Amino acid sequence: MASVGFQDVELGELQRRLTVLRIGLLLVVALLAFRLWHLQIREGSYYRDLSENNRTRSVILEPVRGQIYDRNGVLLANNVPSFTLYVTLEDVKDREALIQQLTSLLGLDPDMVRRKLATKGGKLLPRKIKDRLSLREAAVIEAHRLDLPGVMIQVESQRNYPGGAVAAHLLGYVGEVSAEQLERSEFEELHQGSMIGQYGVEKTFDRFLRGKAGQKSVEVDALGHEKRSDVVEKPEAGDDLYLTIDVRLQRLAEDLLGEEAGAIVALDPTNGDVLAMASRPAFDPNVLSRELTPKQWVEIVQDEGHPLNNRATQGQYPPGSTFKVIMAAAALETKTVSPSTTVRCTGGYQFGRRLYRDWKAGGHGFIDLEQALVHSCDVYFYTVGQRMGIDTIADYAKQFGLGQPTGIELPSERVGIVPSTSWKEKVKGEPWLPGETISASIGQGYVTVTPLQMASVIGTIANNGVAYRPRLVQAIMDRATGRLQELPAVARGKVEVKPQTLKLIQEGLAGVVREGTATRAKSVLISIAGKTGTAQTAALRTGPEKDIPKKFRDHAWFVAYAPVEKPRIAVAVLVEHMGHGGSAAAPLAKEIIEALVKLPPKAPVVAQGPGVPTASAPRETR
Amino acid sequence: MIDRVIDNRGFDSFDWRFIGLVLAILFLGVLSIYSVTHAQQGGTPFYLKQLMWIALGSAAFVAMLTVDYHKIARLAYPLYAIILVLLAVVLVIGKTSRGAQRWIPIGPFAFQPSEFAKLVLILVLAHYYSSAPRIGWLQRVVLPGLIMLPGLLLILKQPDLGSGLSFLAVYAAMLLMVGMRSQAIGIILLFSLMLFPFAWELLWGSLHEYQRHRIMAFVDPEYDPGGKGYHGLQSRIAIGSGELLGKGLYGGTQSQLKFLPEGHTDFVFAVFAEEWGFLGVLLLLALFVGLIWLSLEIASRAKDVLGALLAAGVIAMLCFCVVVNIGMTAGMFPIVGIPLPLMSYGGSVTITTMAALGLLLNIKRRRLTLFY
Repeated sequence: MASVGFQDVELGELQRRLTVLRIGLLLVVALLAFRLWHLQIREGSYYRDLSENNRTRSVILEPVRGQIYDRNGVLLANNVPSFTLYVTLEDVKDREALIQQLTSLLGLDPDMVRRKLATKGGKLLPRKIKDRLSLREAAVIEAHRLDLPGVMIQVESQRNYPGGAVAAHLLGYVGEVSAEQLERSEFEELHQGSMIGQYGVEKTFDRFLRGKAGQKSVEVDALGHEKRSDVVEKPEAGDDLYLTIDVRLQRLAEDLLGEEAGAIVALDPTNGDVLAMASRPAFDPNVLSRELTPKQWVEIVQDEGHPLNNRATQGQYPPGSTFKVIMAAAALETKTVSPSTTVRCTGGYQFGRRLYRDWKAGGHGFIDLEQALVHSCDVYFYTVGQRMGIDTIADYAKQFGLGQPTGIELPSERVGIVPSTSWKEKVKGEPWLPGETISASIGQGYVTVTPLQMASVIGTIANNGVAYRPRLVQAIMDRATGRLQELPAVARGKVEVKPQTLKLIQEGLAGVVREGTATRAKSVLISIAGKTGTAQTAALRTGPEKDIPKKFRDHAWFVAYAPVEKPRIAVAVLVEHMGHGGSAAAPLAKEIIEALVKLPPKAPVVAQGPGVPTASAPRETR
Repeated sequence: MIDRVIDNRGFDSFDWRFIGLVLAILFLGVLSIYSVTHAQQGGTPFYLKQLMWIALGSAAFVAMLTVDYHKIARLAYPLYAIILVLLAVVLVIGKTSRGAQRWIPIGPFAFQPSEFAKLVLILVLAHYYSSAPRIGWLQRVVLPGLIMLPGLLLILKQPDLGSGLSFLAVYAAMLLMVGMRSQAIGIILLFSLMLFPFAWELLWGSLHEYQRHRIMAFVDPEYDPGGKGYHGLQSRIAIGSGELLGKGLYGGTQSQLKFLPEGHTDFVFAVFAEEWGFLGVLLLLALFVGLIWLSLEIASRAKDVLGALLAAGVIAMLCFCVVVNIGMTAGMFPIVGIPLPLMSYGGSVTITTMAALGLLLNIKRRRLTLFY
């Protein structure tokens, strides 16, 4: 290599070499321009979309759930504002660190937070972590906002039941839609965190009550902090429900049951309106409608009193002597007996080797049908049952609606059992034994019913054989239009029983209260007809009731209607392990029926009968 | 030679086109800085501070323009010594920001010696080559390389990969200018290839975790988009979403909403591209090309070797920074911290760049004083 001094000699050469730089510069700039053209023109719209998604988050605006009122417009379920904690994963840089922060700030269960964060859905979709934050908790989060990117506090409405446990089984409760539920088509509009009715009317009328979620587009910065928001779609509030119940009767029914387990159902026999439906023990839907810990849930589910069980529609009990009402109708209609036919009761009925006792040790002597009802003579019904056979009994029981759902708008209604030869063959794989007919004749053995079914049965008797489907919801008010849509009463049909048969039974039932087994239901205010029942839980025992441990004692039944002349109310009372219906159940029915007379009438929100529905505004202000 | 000088006598000593281009780019820079940071709370606004840096840069510009560049070049070694000391000081007392120690705090401000080091290196190498009476390949390649090495190592230790690469770019431009023969280039390439595995090992090993991630993110764009690839991805989104006409001033959502980090410094180009679109980007590129083209004119008409080499060094530095900065924001290169000259916010870089441009005009001005 030449070693030449290049002071002046090489200047020209040196300057020529700049050409390389020039060419290089042009090439590189062209390359840059091409790259920028590629980014901004060719793929510009793609990056435009990315930038839009980068900065906007879709936030779901939960709809306000419809309110629930009783027949007089008394508020049963409404919504209160509540703070809800959401996390948007897109904005969370370090998930575990966030879980740590939330755990230490709010004392949340880290596993719960982890599980909630792991629910399916896009990274841009905020996940509901906890609702019903206290004001203090919300303030703590707000104070640490800058350290909690992606964390958002939303003010949302929270289901509230002002009456607490009142009508809990009817109203039900709401809960977050489960992962399984989200898979179903009826919930396809919903998303993680949506609240839906999980029980009671809240569940059966959920599609009316829940409304429609809206959407808000929130512009956030790189830390997930909200900068600006636009409502893209307004949420639509759910429809309001007007129930058929009168909350005053409802409360009374629940108070009457008190600490006892049992159910009281009061219907309007002329249209099927449920006026009250109490089940005890109850629960507080406010507690169940918020986030429960697994431990709390287990406690409720494993509670020996089964508070979540609606005994009115899900409790299946032997009807005991209340079944004799149906037996009477069957016996007369099939001409097994005439009204004047008498049976001699000596306190027991011998069948084969076995003696079937009457409740009255000495027997009732010669007794006709009406008197057999009045005094609840077992032997009489053993006899007629034996003559009719189980399949005839089953026919009539079914006509009165037993063994099938009443069709009330509540989830998981149970239907009880109407045994027959084919039923036993099918279910037990054994032939029907004649002795079993004897037990069935007084509503024991395999026969089971729900209190609601029995209220319907007695209502059908009161309404001269016309049965209505029990209904809980009287009207639905469309929030958007303000229009009150009345739901029609639905007749289920008419039992094929002659009027004179019904009349005889009605007279017998009036006699039960007047002079028979239910004199404790006799009222000076109103005429009452009814039938007592004692449902055996174990083999018939002798000896004083008080010597038997409570959980083995019989269930007390009483079914009744009033006034006798023009029935307005049909009641079924069942109190578990309280022994005889006449003493334990009848007084409760009397109280309920008297309340109907005593309580000052309120203007019902929906006009009764075949009138035009009134579109009067509900009384409560919103 | 004399002919050329006479031919260009009408070439104004003070080039208003040059000044105009510089001011236009500075203006766009301040505008972009204002746009990103106008929502900032507390403290002196960035755009005002940048205007102050520009004022200081103008002073440096005038100083470098007026003092004879031969005199400046003679100070090269002492200046280099000072810079080396400062670079060493940075490593000891330097302010650490984002994992790198690059700044020496002075009152409320911080001063970044590595930026100044680039200009000093240009002076050192130009002075070295122009003053060497005879030059062999040892002196052409190895010796200047050895001179550069301590500065380079100190800068890489910070670490400031961008400035380190600028060093190498200036060195390479100088080598090109003093006439690397093809054999020499071949030998160097071969040597580099042989050394590459070791060098890579050394370099990869010396890289910080975040630098490795950035390189990984560059090689594979889908590599951790929320984390290490975040800068690159957000920058591409900003640029791309600008489309043809841009989102308008203050309309750049990527930058306004802080998805784009360092929007006022290293990623100011992305901010500009988002707000001005492809047309604006072409305008800016044209301004830079124009400025560099004028600089090349100056270099090619320099009176002496020192002037030509100084000009070439400044051009190399400018070109390198512009191309690498835009290339990295546009996702063509891995992300190394290199500011966009005259656009990015920063005292050291603005003052250095303007001083370098002053030096360029100085070279042009001196070429007329034929009998200096």
